[in-house]
Amino acid sequence: MLARIYVTPKKAILDPQGKAIAHSLHTLNYAEVADVRMGKYLEVRVQGLSRAQAEQRVDEMCRRLLANLVIEDFRFEIIEE
Amino acid sequence: MKWGVVTFPGSLDDRDALYSLGTVLGQHIVSLWHKDRDLKGVEAIVLPGGFSYGDYLRCGAIARVSPIMQNVVEFARAGGPVLGMCNGFQILCESGLLPGALVRNRSLSFVCEWARIRIETAHTRFTAGCEVGEILRMPIKHGEGCYVADEATLKTLEDKGQIVFRYVNEAGEITDTVNPNGALHNIAGVTNAQGNVVGLMPHPEHAVEALLGGEDGRKLFLSVLAR
Repeated sequence: MLARIYVTPKKAILDPQGKAIAHSLHTLNYAEVADVRMGKYLEVRVQGLSRAQAEQRVDEMCRRLLANLVIEDFRFEIIEE
Repeated sequence: MKWGVVTFPGSLDDRDALYSLGTVLGQHIVSLWHKDRDLKGVEAIVLPGGFSYGDYLRCGAIARVSPIMQNVVEFARAGGPVLGMCNGFQILCESGLLPGALVRNRSLSFVCEWARIRIETAHTRFTAGCEVGEILRMPIKHGEGCYVADEATLKTLEDKGQIVFRYVNEAGEITDTVNPNGALHNIAGVTNAQGNVVGLMPHPEHAVEALLGGEDGRKLFLSVLAR
């Protein structure tokens, strides 16, 4: 099974990279861009677990290491391969 | 006093910290390696600056799970003095020994300059020998030094006097202009509730000799000895 994990800066946290990217998109005439938030995407392959177990373990991995909950939110989906 | 300086793969300022404590201040120094599982009887620990584990994932996130950090956390919880400078501060936040986190500088640029920081509390092991309101000059050099925490945490830090250093101007005033990285409330360093764990972005180990441009950094190390 594959866990697709998205880690994004919390809404309350200033995201200077996202701001700089939005500014660059405006420079390229994408005036419709209202906001950009930049995060991380991780693929974690797990084996020998049921779907429910995988969800529980990946959630724990995110909380303990992959995301810093002081500054980041995370969400993930489990894909059967 | 016996001081341990931890070297992680990618640490940069471990040698400077050992030099400051050993050669300049005449302390007994011990070099600790990230894979060590023994603190070798040290009485104080320094987590130096640099780019531990290449800053992979987040600054300090990988170092936090290294073998030695399990011992450092135990040492800190038992009241032992621990100082984290720059990357060391990031590691202390990631390990949960200090509240909050350090994120990318507001400017997106790496800053490398001298900064003025004001002592906000003397109730820590590393500022016990300083006066509240005293201004120290130290170098800063970082890309991720913007201190953030949620509103509730910030309020607790303010109310309980856990903010140890703030960036100020020559007159000792907190202004946005002298805030080098966008840190909330101009925070340059914080402590835990017990005052034995202190983290800061500036580099006291680079300010221990007049030849290096200043000696103010000594005060933090000497504060530990004062008790």
